[in-house]
Formats: sequence, structure tokens, C-alpha cells
Amino acid sequence: MKAMIRGNESIAYAFKLARVKVIPAYPITPSTLVPEKISEFLANGEMDAEFVPVESEHSAISAAIGASAHGVRVGTATASQGLALMHEVLFIASGMRLPIVMGIGNRALSAPINIWCDHQDMMSQRDTGWMQFYAESNQEGLDLGIMAFKIAEDERILLPAMVGIDAFVLTHTVEPVDIPEQKDVDDFLGEFVPHYVTLDPEKPATLGSFGFPEYFMEFKYGQWIAMERAKKVIDEVFEEFHNKFGRKYSKVTPEFLEDADIVLVTMGSMTSTTREFVKKLRKEGKKVGLLKLTTFRPFPKEELRALLKDVPVVAVVERNISFGFGGAVYAELAATFANESKKPKIIDFIVGLGGRDITFKTLNEVVGIAEKALKEDVDEVNWIDVNKEAVLKAEGLL
Amino acid sequence: MNYEKEEFFAPGHGMCAGCAAPIIVKWVLKLAGPNTIVVNATGCLEVATTAYPHTSWRVPWLHVAFENAAAAASGIEAAARAKGEKLNIIAFGGDGGTVDIGFQALSGMVERGHNVLYVLYDNEAYMNTGIQRSGATPWGAWTTTSKVGNANPIGKLQPKKPVARIIAAHNAKYVATANPAIFNDFKKKVEKALSYDGARFLHVISSCTTGWRHDPSKTVEIMKLASDTGIFPLWEVVDGDLENMRITYKPKKFKPVEEYLKPQGRFRHLLKNPEYVKKLQEQVDAWWAKYGHHYNP
Repeated sequence: MKAMIRGNESIAYAFKLARVKVIPAYPITPSTLVPEKISEFLANGEMDAEFVPVESEHSAISAAIGASAHGVRVGTATASQGLALMHEVLFIASGMRLPIVMGIGNRALSAPINIWCDHQDMMSQRDTGWMQFYAESNQEGLDLGIMAFKIAEDERILLPAMVGIDAFVLTHTVEPVDIPEQKDVDDFLGEFVPHYVTLDPEKPATLGSFGFPEYFMEFKYGQWIAMERAKKVIDEVFEEFHNKFGRKYSKVTPEFLEDADIVLVTMGSMTSTTREFVKKLRKEGKKVGLLKLTTFRPFPKEELRALLKDVPVVAVVERNISFGFGGAVYAELAATFANESKKPKIIDFIVGLGGRDITFKTLNEVVGIAEKALKEDVDEVNWIDVNKEAVLKAEGLL
Repeated sequence: MNYEKEEFFAPGHGMCAGCAAPIIVKWVLKLAGPNTIVVNATGCLEVATTAYPHTSWRVPWLHVAFENAAAAASGIEAAARAKGEKLNIIAFGGDGGTVDIGFQALSGMVERGHNVLYVLYDNEAYMNTGIQRSGATPWGAWTTTSKVGNANPIGKLQPKKPVARIIAAHNAKYVATANPAIFNDFKKKVEKALSYDGARFLHVISSCTTGWRHDPSKTVEIMKLASDTGIFPLWEVVDGDLENMRITYKPKKFKPVEEYLKPQGRFRHLLKNPEYVKKLQEQVDAWWAKYGHHYNP
């Protein structure tokens, strides 16, 4: 069924179609519409689930753990400060190997307080042991939402997953979305079976126990192995989804890569703008390509090495910043090539923080610097569309 | 079914000799029986009973973190509702995980009316990290963060947070204070709490020999003195009806508060100054003057 829906509704539909049983959630801009839509589904009798209107995001993820540990499929949604408030508990969800799925309306972190799009919230949860997917469109938000359950619940994996949809650009923007039939999603996901130890009075088990140094690392190594195995399982699930629903997904999607001198690496909704920009450059005869990163955790090192090793300059265009180093994607891509003999020159571009628009002008500047990098050294980390003069004055440097 | 002869909390755990928390847990579980899921906040009870790969718990047990036992219990209860199950969901938390850092999650759980019995074992300080003051530490107690010296001869300067009254004011289904040393009253309240549906809260006093600084053999004696001196009154409230709070226990004759203070090292400094003992006695007398008419055995 084709419908015009907002990105938040994509997440809500993914939960409904996945027959999620418990949804603990706390509203936060820009993901508030997810629990609102769930509430509407429940009020209309279109969904059979328990909504827990918790008093904080910390309690949302804690309740999600409780429900998942009791053996039901669980989904929740948050953004920004809410995700940051969940931080300590995110480690516990993954450490306990509970396949919870969470929709994130990717939004900047304070200060200054800002409700608009960047990827700082999810990037800051990089090391919590959750798989991370970034959607380019509302269709992707819905599809990745459904697939995230299948990947997370696979008995080889058992890790929680986040699906990021960009604040406002996706969360609040109406797009045409093909909503799959319930029967097809039922076939695709199958009945929920918890492939983990649950809280069952018939078979009492202790979950979340105290791990001394002689046991702790084995638990962590298990998570490492699961995340490594997820690379293959993600491919399998993407393939199965393609066969059933006709839409193709990959951890990384190359476009116009053949003979490219410069490849722009993007995530989320900015990919659409970048694609149009690259098409324009190609028409002008410029050898520029695009590589969309859908999966950030696990980081698809192998695919990235294969696709980018012969590219002269890779421009990472990203909406996050790790102060004192650079963007997170840049750091990981640079590390991915650290031990390779054939590698691209990798340049970082910090763009679109706190919802600043990413336009052709932005990308033009990026490509300008990348072209310069073909011939000479340029700065490693480049801030684009920033009033640098004003900042340098304020910092007493001008 | 009577499970009083069965143990659902196994011996061999690492709780201190003389700690009251295992007495509380053991009896709550005996009275609840095996159709029970336990959620435990971070604290002594969690740390000392679940050293992987061992466990003292013969019922399903979940620990998530310090401040969210009530939230995790809410999630389990929602899942149980989704499955159409009927079972006891019991959360155990110390005073840190309940009165302070976990208070928000508890308030939310009670306000939403989850069908959970939350049991606070209150040893009146953060004992797991080594005797730091909490919102439940009484006035005048020495702790490692309410130290006693020339500039502060009293110790903790603030009175104990009346957490059970606060939870009752949420219109919780059932709220009671209890004391395992006043056993019949304790047992009746656990049974009563288990018999209701909705959010229930038991505030149970729980001596900590290392934090209260007393001989481990004196646990029950000292806890009994807490209620016999009136410093830890035993009462219950149904449906948030604080006007009709029922005091369930009153000694024939109140003992002076000093008798409760004497065997405990945490109050030793107070005994040096009769003014301080008098002040504490006045606090106790004031409580009973205000609420004593609620006595209704």
C-alpha cells in the first residue's frame, strides 16, 4: 500500500508490522510522533501491544530491557538528549544481548539547545554495542525498521539496533512510502522466538549478574564476535528483503564510482542532495562519485576497502564532530585504511550541524577542496558553511 | 499454597553476617512462592548474591542498573500483561536505589499503577559503596559523607526523607512500613501487599552491621528497638488514604530513644551530648503526637 507518511510514522508502522508487544517511550522532539502514532494505532484497535508511557528516556530503555528479558519483541524511539540520557543503559541492553529496536530522530545535542538535524546523538552512542543504521528516506526508515528486528533477533547475533532518521528532514516530512502487507511482514519476520534466556518462573535464571574480572572479558568478546557476525547476517537479511519486497539495501551503496577521482561519503538524508549534485557534476564531466553509508555499526570495513582503495580522494561529508580529532566517520575510515598499502587520501568535512542546510553550495565547497587535495595537501578536517571570522574574533584569535 | 518451608533465596551468598536484607528477601520470597520474578536495583543485595556463575536466586531475577529497578519492573509487567500472565513481580532496592537515585523511576512506576510490589530494604545509607549518607539516613547519624568533628558534632544534619508517605501520596494501592524484627506484623504486611493488584510499596528497615556499627549478633535486637522506641513507626495506607493511615504496632511502653542509639557506633557521638539525644527524642515524640491517634491494631 502506497501512503504519504512522515518519517516518524515509518518507525511506528515498522513496529506495528513487526507486531511489537511492548513499547515504552518518552516523547522528545523530533521523535514524539512515534509514540503518538502508536497511541493512535492502539486507540483504533489496529495494534495489539502494551504502550508504557514512562517518565523519562532512562526509564524507557530500562522498561524495554525488562520487557525484552521477559521474552517479547520490544521497540522504542527517542532522539538527542533522550538518547544521551539512555547512555548507561544502552550498554546494558547490548551486554545482556537483548534484541531491542529503537528509532532515532537524529538531532543535535545541547548546548546551545537545538532541535534540528545532525548525527551527533547516534554517533555519541557508537561504543554502546548497538548496531546502527541510517536511513536516507522514509521508505528506508520503514524498511530498515522491519529488517532491524530480523537482524537483531537472529540467534547468531542477539544485539540491539538503532535506526536513525534525520530530524525534520525525515521525521516530519511527508514522503510516499510503500507500506508492506502485514502478511508479507509476518512471513519475513516469522513468529517472535526469543533465542536467549528469559525471565521464566518455570526455568528460573539470573539475568544481569555480577561479572568478576575472570569472566568479564569473555562477555565482551562475545559481543565483539556477534557484531562481526552481524556483517554477514545484515547482507543475508537485506538480500531476503530484496527478494520479498523488491527494494535493495546494502551496508554501503556506491554510485558513479567507476573512474571517480573524488568520492563523497554520506549518511542519511543528505545523500539525496549529494546524489543530485553528483549527477550535475557528472554532466559537467567531473569525475565525482558517491558512497552512501547505511550501516555504521558494524562498520563495513571490508566493503569500504574494496570500493575505495583506488580512489584518489575520498571526501567524508558528515554531521557530527569529535572535538580534538574530527568527524567519527572520517576517523573510522582513516583507521580502516591505516594498514593498507593502497589507500585514498581521506579528507573530512564537517557540515550541517544543528540543522544547518546542506545545499549545492555546501557540496560545491567540499568538492573544491577535494579537487585541491588531488594536487596538494589540504586541511584534514574542514568546517564548511561556518562564519569562522565571527568565532575566531570571539575566541580572541582575530 | 504455603511455601514457608521452601527456600527461594539460597544460602551461600556473600551478604555480611548480621545483615538484615537476606532475612527480608528470604521471607518475602517464601510468602510469594515460585510464580515470581524479581528485579533488583544495584546494591549490596545484587552484588553479593549473583557473582557469576553463581546465584542465590531460585526465582527468575533481573538486574539492570542502580536507578531503574522500578522501570525495569514496569517493562516486565507490561510484557506479562501482553502475554496474559498472572505472576508476582517484586522489585528489591536499597535506600540509595529507591529513595534517591531511583526515586524518579519509582514515582513513575507507582503513578502508572504497574502491578508490582516494590520492597525497599532501608539500611539508611549507601552501604554498598561504604557508608555514605542518603536521603534515608536519619538526623544525627555519622556516615563517611556526614562526618562528625569539631565543626559538625552532629553528623547528618537533615531528617530522614519520609519516602513511604510520599509513595502513599501517589495513591499507591498499598504502602506499609515494616520491620522483620516485629515479625508477625512484617509477615502480615507482606501477605497483604502480595494479595493486592496495583503498585505496592513496602518500606522495610534493614540493619547494616558495618554501617550502623554494631555487633552482628545484635541485628534483630536493634531493629526491634527501632520500633519499640518509636523511631521507626509501623503503619499502612491503602489507596493513598493518608488520612486513614493505620498504625499497626505500638509497644506497651515506649523505650527511650537512647536505648536504640547506644549499641550503634553511628550514633556514639550523640550520646556525648544529652541535648542531641533530647532533640532526637523530641523528633520521635513529635511524630507520635501528630500521628499516634492512628494506632489501630
